[in-house]
Amino acid sequence: MCQTCGCGDPELVPVEIHERILEGNDRAAAHNRRHFEAAGVLAVNLMGSPGSGKTALLEATAAALAGRRLGAISGDLATDHDARRLGAAGIPSRSITTGTACHLDAELVHRALHDFAWPELDVLFIENVGNLVCPAIYDLGQAANVVALSVTEGEDKPLKYPVMFRTAELVVLTKIDLLPHLDVRTEAIADALARVMPEVRLLPLSAHSGEGIEDWLAWLESRLRTPGDRPGDRTGRAQRKSRSRAAGQAGTLAR
Amino acid sequence: MHEYSIVRALISRVEAEARSHGAVSVQRLQVRIGELAGVEPTLLANAYVLFRQRTICRDAALEIEAVPARWSCPRCDGPIELGAVLHCASCDVPAHLTSGDEILLERIEMEVP
Repeated sequence: MCQTCGCGDPELVPVEIHERILEGNDRAAAHNRRHFEAAGVLAVNLMGSPGSGKTALLEATAAALAGRRLGAISGDLATDHDARRLGAAGIPSRSITTGTACHLDAELVHRALHDFAWPELDVLFIENVGNLVCPAIYDLGQAANVVALSVTEGEDKPLKYPVMFRTAELVVLTKIDLLPHLDVRTEAIADALARVMPEVRLLPLSAHSGEGIEDWLAWLESRLRTPGDRPGDRTGRAQRKSRSRAAGQAGTLAR
Repeated sequence: MHEYSIVRALISRVEAEARSHGAVSVQRLQVRIGELAGVEPTLLANAYVLFRQRTICRDAALEIEAVPARWSCPRCDGPIELGAVLHCASCDVPAHLTSGDEILLERIEMEVP
């Protein structure tokens, strides 16, 4: 009741919150992260445009990486084509069909884990919905954000979609076997990245020819030895910085 | 259009807060959205107007404070311009984002009987 004059009118009360609007998702992501870390599974959130070569990268990974158990959760608006492709490549997979949602969130990932023997894996790839905007905003509980960017997307995609690249730990430049047919320079892509991503790690690769696959596997192995942590988190970034210097991944194109 | 899912999260957070205070209505929400948060303030405002119907926020104004992105050197604190290479040339260290990634619910004004 109004305390000023006792008139009986409701009182206008300001309530200070100062909380992230996606706090609910952050909590679910923290829950997923605890599961992944306890089981010693490296969770990689693989993002990129539709057609950037995310599934092809994973198929090539399965073919080249011996001795590591890989699994995937694959998100698409419709169809389970990606999960089936990955299954055929020897990566046990679950499909999340999001309907109209343009991204995966931590709760969707959590539900997909329920009927999946994921704790036996070394690496769980979470292949996000093809989209360069929305997926970057939702923490899923991953250890690392990886963005697949294909050379056919042009040189300035990082400048146009800075949020996606700012939160990436690694950018895999895919389809480099097509470079001779395109008016696209890797140096220009690296320069665009340097303006949106403080620590550029760009790994050129072709799933088709196999070029660069060894560097990608070396990155995965180095990341398996240094689990935990997540880009976008300021404390985490500082920790990762010192680690990545120590790891000194081969073949990454520095700024 | 993740702005819809952000509005859904916002309204359910406000509903929970209003319930816990026994509020009869909500008059105003204040949020802060960073330039590099990946949320478009105009789309957020449009999504809010659609979703607030039949919720406790139906009469509540949404005030969006846009926060500009600021990069600086973590060592010398020197500013690094938006669009420039995100690296401090004098200290040879990567820049860090000091503001601009906020997606925050700051304040709710509610009527409590």
